[in-house]
Amino acid sequence: MRFGIAVFPGTWSDRDCARAIEVLGHESVYLWHRDHDLAGVDCVILPGGFSYGDHLRTGAVARFAPLMESVQEFAASGGLVWGICNGFQILCEAHLLPGALTRNASLEFRCESVWLRVETSDTPFTRACETGAVLAVPVSHGEGRFVADPSTLDRLEAERRVAFRYVARDGSAAGDASPNGSMRDIAGIVSEGRNVLGMMPHPERAAEPLLGSGDGLRLFGSVVEAVAERGAFATSSP
Amino acid sequence: MTAHPTVSDAQLAEVALTREEYALAAERLGRVPTEVELGVIGAMWSEHCGYKTSKPLLARLPTSGPRVLQGPGENAGAVDIGGGLACVFKIESHNHPSAIEPYQGAATGVGGILRDVFTMGARPVALLDSLRFGPFEEPAQRHLLDGVVAGIGGYGNCIGVPTVGGEIYFDESYRHNCLVNAMCVGVIEQAKLTRAAAAGPGNLVLLVGADTGRDGIHGATFASVELNEASSERRPAVQVGNPFLEKCLMEVCVALAGDPRIVAMQDLGAAGLTSSSAELAHRGGCGIEMDVARVSRRERGMTAYEVMLSESQERMLLVVRPQDAASVQAEFDRWDLHSDVIGTVTGTGRMVVTDAGAAVCDLPLALLIDEVPLRHPDALRPGGLDAALGVDPLAAAPPWPAGETLLRLLRSPNVGSRRPVFRRYDHQVGDDSVVLPGGDAALLRVRATGGGIALSTDGNARYAALDPRRGAAIAVCEAARNVVAVGAAPVGVTNCLNFGNPEKPEIFWQLSEAVEGMREACLALGVPVVSGNVSLYNDTQGVSIDPTVVIGMVGHLEDLERRCAAGFAHDGDAVLLVGPVGMDLGGSEYQRLAQGVNAGPRPTLDLDLERRVQAAVLEMIAAGLLASCHDLAEGGLGVALAESCILGGRGVALTERLFSLAAPVVLVGLLFGESQSRFLASAATGDVAGVRAIATRHQVDVRELGTTGGNRVSLTGVFDLGLDEVTRAHAGALVPS
Repeated sequence: MRFGIAVFPGTWSDRDCARAIEVLGHESVYLWHRDHDLAGVDCVILPGGFSYGDHLRTGAVARFAPLMESVQEFAASGGLVWGICNGFQILCEAHLLPGALTRNASLEFRCESVWLRVETSDTPFTRACETGAVLAVPVSHGEGRFVADPSTLDRLEAERRVAFRYVARDGSAAGDASPNGSMRDIAGIVSEGRNVLGMMPHPERAAEPLLGSGDGLRLFGSVVEAVAERGAFATSSP
Repeated sequence: MTAHPTVSDAQLAEVALTREEYALAAERLGRVPTEVELGVIGAMWSEHCGYKTSKPLLARLPTSGPRVLQGPGENAGAVDIGGGLACVFKIESHNHPSAIEPYQGAATGVGGILRDVFTMGARPVALLDSLRFGPFEEPAQRHLLDGVVAGIGGYGNCIGVPTVGGEIYFDESYRHNCLVNAMCVGVIEQAKLTRAAAAGPGNLVLLVGADTGRDGIHGATFASVELNEASSERRPAVQVGNPFLEKCLMEVCVALAGDPRIVAMQDLGAAGLTSSSAELAHRGGCGIEMDVARVSRRERGMTAYEVMLSESQERMLLVVRPQDAASVQAEFDRWDLHSDVIGTVTGTGRMVVTDAGAAVCDLPLALLIDEVPLRHPDALRPGGLDAALGVDPLAAAPPWPAGETLLRLLRSPNVGSRRPVFRRYDHQVGDDSVVLPGGDAALLRVRATGGGIALSTDGNARYAALDPRRGAAIAVCEAARNVVAVGAAPVGVTNCLNFGNPEKPEIFWQLSEAVEGMREACLALGVPVVSGNVSLYNDTQGVSIDPTVVIGMVGHLEDLERRCAAGFAHDGDAVLLVGPVGMDLGGSEYQRLAQGVNAGPRPTLDLDLERRVQAAVLEMIAAGLLASCHDLAEGGLGVALAESCILGGRGVALTERLFSLAAPVVLVGLLFGESQSRFLASAATGDVAGVRAIATRHQVDVRELGTTGGNRVSLTGVFDLGLDEVTRAHAGALVPS
């Protein structure tokens, strides 16, 4: 299968994502922010970085990129879209996902490995994990505190759309271990159609045990499995 | 041209030239310089650009070796790391700006050192920062620390280059002059190394990146004078960074490395267009002609003088053939980067500047670069040193039992965990960080070769304060030990010399001694100095900082599988002290805490022993005999033991009778003395004989101290602490109480 990796001028996780996909033995192609062409990929990754500098608000400008018009259409037709870190911020700004990502509660940037509990394996991104599994995955952000109004949060929970929660190592509530103070310790959510995932942690940084953890690779593996089983979720423009 | 008929003291002060230097310039020129020329000469003859005080000293440093691909003289140095790859690196100070405006000062320090590396075509893969502040207990100092850390993170995190290491010390000596030294490391195919030497008269000079504004005018001269109460009014001399713009610039420059269309590339740093264009042309034995009217401005009404001396960030000069200009400009357009053709390369050996055609500057480049009037200040060994060195730090009875002393040391802001700082830096982007901050040296994978590079900065100024020669030599050895501890062979040094006003004979003596110490240590260890930077005039109201030699060390590891980490890895391993038993307490962190002074003999340093110990440890790691390896530094053996326990998440039981039999004062020396040339290692019991065999061959002592495991950190008959208590003390060091 083929992953597409969006590249905005300020993107810096593009090459890390490509390497993780390479470790898994699959193909990826970079998608330039000014283009509309999604190159026939099976899954679009919006990686980490600072898209257009994020001077105004994270992701606020990126949602208007030419590439994002195609991503919107792709997502609407059921295509797999995966926002990581800055990509999650962009997806919220683009209203492909509800809620918003605000400044970390500590008011400081945080780069560290955190524990994530998989809250549902019923998504194309988590199907290779068991629900309740705890993954070691690094975060690296200054604005990752997920917020939404109570009814949205309740709906996300009721529809089992919370994909990951920050937890302690043993899977219990994060408490002080939350890197950003997200509401209900939410680290990642999926769209109503479950084909769009946004998450703050960086699974591509957890793709090799040499670097501390190989847990993130299970998410990439999930996508490969899902596509293999179902074929393309949607056809991106060739 | 309008000449400069008379020059006032104020005008000379603005460009930091003495009247004698001004007269010399006029004599060489055969006329008085114009206003623009005066600014250009002042900048080029400043300590910051011209090294007028330090140049004769720096010439003593060893700069060559079989691995050296580029020594001093370019934007950064480069060494061979195998597989046809070069490691490009440099360290640079941004002290004065950070003291005035910590966030932007530090941020633009990072931006500047990044440009030095990618201007050579190399993709930056790591940043390190060496920081010095006044006492951590003081809110004003913590405010500076917070601003500097935020600035480093703000730039590095945004541009996507991991900040993998560095160090922080707090000392009274830096109360009014904090130090911010930033090091950048890049990797590139050797064949693509891009040089900054203009060639081919008629070729075009492109200025790329940010528009030019009034920020940072006189930054170079500002850095070459002492700070005083009015310094905060020099905030306009501090630049403002835009890491997003630099990210775009970096991507294009890295992509253009090795491209035949690029004749030369040179970034704009101190003294902006002035020094970059002069150095670019002079390196290639050419001349240069520019029209400042063609420079895109950020603001209206800028004079030629301001354009030439602006230190606006994120700018780059390129030399291209005329037929390639349009296609090269298109590469920058793709990233929305603006570029202007501002001039041409000439064969005249002169820097000619016009403003919409009117000549404003016409100077021989040799005058600006080769003929910098060198200063040879008097050197004077300060009085009172002998008295201070004669103090016996072992004379005073220890105020606390050994266990409490250890906890106090771990809680010291100079010793304890740096996590509250490094978790504010992205240290993983790029996916090559194998050993993360907190160990001895950062270790980065080099994917193409299966090897790695180990990186460290070090520089304990307490040793250098009383003996700059020994202190500088120790800084080199300590930085080398850091990379050796992860299994890498030291292959190159970059250095930043942070000193007070060299016009004071005592300071010049310190500088001269320190360079000598660096020279001796680099020669003994066989490590060349390939790049560096000098920051003088770190004085406020006549008080100078302690001489601070910061060494940036690069180590090379052939095979990443043959690496080592500092944490105890298994239960039941033998704990080994590799190197001599010693009790050097003079200048130690213990002495600061317990006695509040810095006195007594400096730690002994036998360079031949140092070389042998490092060689032995490298061999032990390469043979796969060590389960952990940690350098002994501040806080000595006691702190190293605690750190190996904390990093490994397991305790240790020491049974060595040397300690339990020692008198309290000797015990303190043994446990917390900072004797050099030592490592704390652990090995499976079955491997101890192999370790001893290697040590014997190198004539190095190995002493078995005890066994790893459990959740206590104990020394029979001396102390018995819980691992959690030890971990908490260490973790709390940089958390304000």
